[in-house]
Amino acid sequence: MNTESGPRFEPAVGRYLNLEVAGTPHRIYVEEAGQGIALLCLHTAGSDGRQYRGLMNDDALTQRFRVIAFDLPWHGKSSPPAGWQTGAYRLTSDAYLATILAVVDALRLDRPICLGCSIGGRIVLHLALAHARRFRALIGLESAAHADAYYDLDWLHRPDVHGGEVCGAMVSGLIAPTAPVAERWETIWHYMQGGPGVFKGDLYFYTADGDVRDRVAEIDTGACPLYLLTGEYDYSCTPADTLELARRIKGAKVVIMEKLGHFPMSEEPARFLGYLRPLLQEIEDAGR
Amino acid sequence: MRDALDGLPALANAEPWLIDRGRFLEVTFLCAVGPASYLIHIHRGRLEAVEKGPFVQPRWTFALSASEAAWREFWQPVPRPGCHDLIAMLKTRQLRLEGDQHPFMANLRYFKELLALPRAGVAGV
Repeated sequence: MNTESGPRFEPAVGRYLNLEVAGTPHRIYVEEAGQGIALLCLHTAGSDGRQYRGLMNDDALTQRFRVIAFDLPWHGKSSPPAGWQTGAYRLTSDAYLATILAVVDALRLDRPICLGCSIGGRIVLHLALAHARRFRALIGLESAAHADAYYDLDWLHRPDVHGGEVCGAMVSGLIAPTAPVAERWETIWHYMQGGPGVFKGDLYFYTADGDVRDRVAEIDTGACPLYLLTGEYDYSCTPADTLELARRIKGAKVVIMEKLGHFPMSEEPARFLGYLRPLLQEIEDAGR
Repeated sequence: MRDALDGLPALANAEPWLIDRGRFLEVTFLCAVGPASYLIHIHRGRLEAVEKGPFVQPRWTFALSASEAAWREFWQPVPRPGCHDLIAMLKTRQLRLEGDQHPFMANLRYFKELLALPRAGVAGV
């Protein structure tokens, strides 16, 4: 064991943030690494901010960007609000938006870039519609205006099926078959650790409440640039879904990513960074 | 290609971690590869037998059916998008799942890994 150089900590630092969202007190776990332009990262349904470990561990990125990821309430190390035991969890568009804006305000972020994946890729569309001027740029990963449920979501939360096992197995195929084995299983492990009913509750937003098909054409990319990146192996939000979304938003920039699936930042961070860096450079150069 | 399922017991029973995770599994399911059908009998996670059809009165708990072309692509070392996973094949309507889905869903990782075993040279499913 090498102790001469001290403990080998990663650069990310995590803290618990106390704030109110729509009048309800919350305890939210926030992790960050780096300095510079704030890059606020939103995790996928049923997972948590660990999905962004590859970004926080990238020196070239953190020299110029302050990479921040928080766990939504009920996810990761964030608590559910007091009284959670008396009802089912369901994520709504209003609650999701309010939580993101509360975190931006609490951290006093000045026009951050917001990057979200899956449900995060959907909510950036809502941010683009309602709060474009509060963000320097918006980046939607695996982003579509709507998604149909393609299996019975009740399988994700019932007493005779292990929730962690079924959630992990359900999403495993959303990872590209070419992903490195360790990153693949790290990504799946986060799903296996989700609380009972949380993944299903997030999918209420993804498959029902968060549908913005009738509004996306109103997005003004002049007010805030919008980038859409989707992995070719994603069958939840397919490349065709994202291309259709981009077709309806004037000025949206779209990239289909090869050999990546639904969790690009987590399943193969190095490959994903190859797609992300030029966009961040473009945003930085715009200097808005 | 149909040999893929004929050879499944030898592949599966050489995977102790797969068998361990299926230790509560007692089920017979039908797998249809185009017009050919197979009954796969599982006892405590071990593949007891694979029976090749045609069957006059097959009894099974659930059935997975896809075309020969879809299974052939699924068993490629790196299948193309949409054919790379059982749930992906369900989403793209290439795979049909019938019957009592409970043992399949409760052991989803088991069945994904079991049916991917003929896909040589790929780590993880």
